[in-house]
Amino acid sequence: MDALNLISRSQGFYVRAIDDGPIEEWPEFFTDDAFYKVTTADNHSRGLPAGVIWANNKAMLKDRVSALKDANIYEPHAYRHMLGQPAILEEDRTGATSETSFLVLRVTGNGPTDVFASGRYLDEYVFIDGKALLKKRIVVCDSSRIDTLLVLPL
Amino acid sequence: MSEGNRPATAMAERTWPRSLTEVPYWVFQDEEVYKAEQENIFHGPFWSYLCLEAELAEPGDFCATFIGEQPVLVTRDHDGEIYAFENRCAHRGALIAMEHYGHAKDFTCVYHAWTYNLQGDLTGVAFEEGINGKGGMGKDFCKAAHSPRRLRLANVHGLIFGSLNNDVPQIEEYLGQEILDRIERLLGDRKPVVLGRFTQTLPNNWKLYMENVKDSYHASILHLFFTTFGLNKLNQKGGIIVSENGGHHVSWSAINREAEAASHYKDQKIRSDSGYQLEDPSLVDSFSEVGDDITLQILSVYPGFVLQQIQNSIAVRQVLPTEVGSTNLNWTYLGFEDDSEEQQLIRMKQSNLVGPAGYVSMEDGAIGGFVQRGIAGASNEFATVQMGGDQALSSESRVTEASIRGFWKVYRAAMGFSIEEEA
Ligand code: FES
Ligand SMILES: [Fe+2]
Repeated sequence: MDALNLISRSQGFYVRAIDDGPIEEWPEFFTDDAFYKVTTADNHSRGLPAGVIWANNKAMLKDRVSALKDANIYEPHAYRHMLGQPAILEEDRTGATSETSFLVLRVTGNGPTDVFASGRYLDEYVFIDGKALLKKRIVVCDSSRIDTLLVLPL
Repeated sequence: MSEGNRPATAMAERTWPRSLTEVPYWVFQDEEVYKAEQENIFHGPFWSYLCLEAELAEPGDFCATFIGEQPVLVTRDHDGEIYAFENRCAHRGALIAMEHYGHAKDFTCVYHAWTYNLQGDLTGVAFEEGINGKGGMGKDFCKAAHSPRRLRLANVHGLIFGSLNNDVPQIEEYLGQEILDRIERLLGDRKPVVLGRFTQTLPNNWKLYMENVKDSYHASILHLFFTTFGLNKLNQKGGIIVSENGGHHVSWSAINREAEAASHYKDQKIRSDSGYQLEDPSLVDSFSEVGDDITLQILSVYPGFVLQQIQNSIAVRQVLPTEVGSTNLNWTYLGFEDDSEEQQLIRMKQSNLVGPAGYVSMEDGAIGGFVQRGIAGASNEFATVQMGGDQALSSESRVTEASIRGFWKVYRAAMGFSIEEEA
């Protein structure tokens, strides 16, 4: 399979894990040493390193999941990710770098569907056993504002 | 008489409870109160946090920010000094600068190109003389008389505070020695570096967020991250400092490092009674921030500023009301110039504790909204703020609402409400 196919397949299941569950599958789209960060376009363009979520290994992503399931308190809510076509920037047999735009809608409690975030994924994928795994994902949100809180990952 | 006195008069028609333990819910809901706050609090004799000195490192650097809803522009000029003035063109009111953080030689209003220097003086009026002797400004127009209003400024260990009011006391007197000492503890003689800036929009009145910040009673109840994962530290000592006037506070706690070392925190995954554990416990590996044992210090300055140390996560928070039921919370995450690589890494990991997705702070983003929704229909009812008595004094116990009472003590006086007669 070519890079576009591998990445598209992987991303389809990635958003499914977050939006429809089980959320425990979300860390499995990453390599053990993966880097994952959620930031904003303003921070990204200024080269500021911090994230609203910042992880440099898969264990930290698993901790995100167990915290949101067992520790943190928030009003129940759900996302719906709409992804654009991945733009493959570089590729070879072992992996690829790509960018994908996203729109995330959020429904909190019995409220309406709100636009929660738009932005782009800046990704490095490795291909292992016919599957694309994220070695690095920087989630760059277009807006500098985050409404109320960010519990589920993007 | 300044225009600022009008809302105060209107507010005198409202009665506030005599006891500091009762807070009327209308104060979070009423549009008239919200408008009066802009005059009496944000344009009143108080100091508001604007930005960090470190964010204006070079001459020409500027920051467009707010005091309440009032847009202000903070700059560094070529004389090395910091200036601040209202970010509103003297002509017909457009914003002078729009970028949040930027760099400029001078400012030109986009509407009709009036220009301002970095100190906020009006220096140029396009077509001031008209064209071919026709049009232009009248002979009696004096640019100097039309410059935007300047703010009073104070620099407290690199934190820039501003006030729109000339009657504001000196910052040292305003904060008091105990608060100054705690700011110095964290920022004194250190060079902060900005690691990131995030804005969290809160679906609630700004004062509900300030109550939450000052509420040391909720911390171990609402925020279950540390307890769930069995990360509560041993032998915590701590306390609450409430400033003399009541408006500012510090909540702090310290660990016993010897006891902690003996319990193998660093070497093994900790099993809590609940059976949960972190897959990567290095999240809570920390170093002594300034050489003492204090691992938590939440400090607030009235009306809307917070300086935070949660382990090695250092941040400032600026609380900006945008509507009666809506608030912008601006987070600036900090490190320091002499941080080692290892320390930088720890700060990055611990940035997960705070902010809009913070393990120990995300609840605070939503809780104000739960109150705002909960009190709909209860304008004539009161919150009960009785934990730890009815005074606004410092205490060793953090199971107290003393600093919340202190906030309301300053607030009700500043707003000019009539205080209920003694029964
Ligand atoms: S409003 Fe600024 S120049 Fe006219
Ligand atoms: Fe809290």
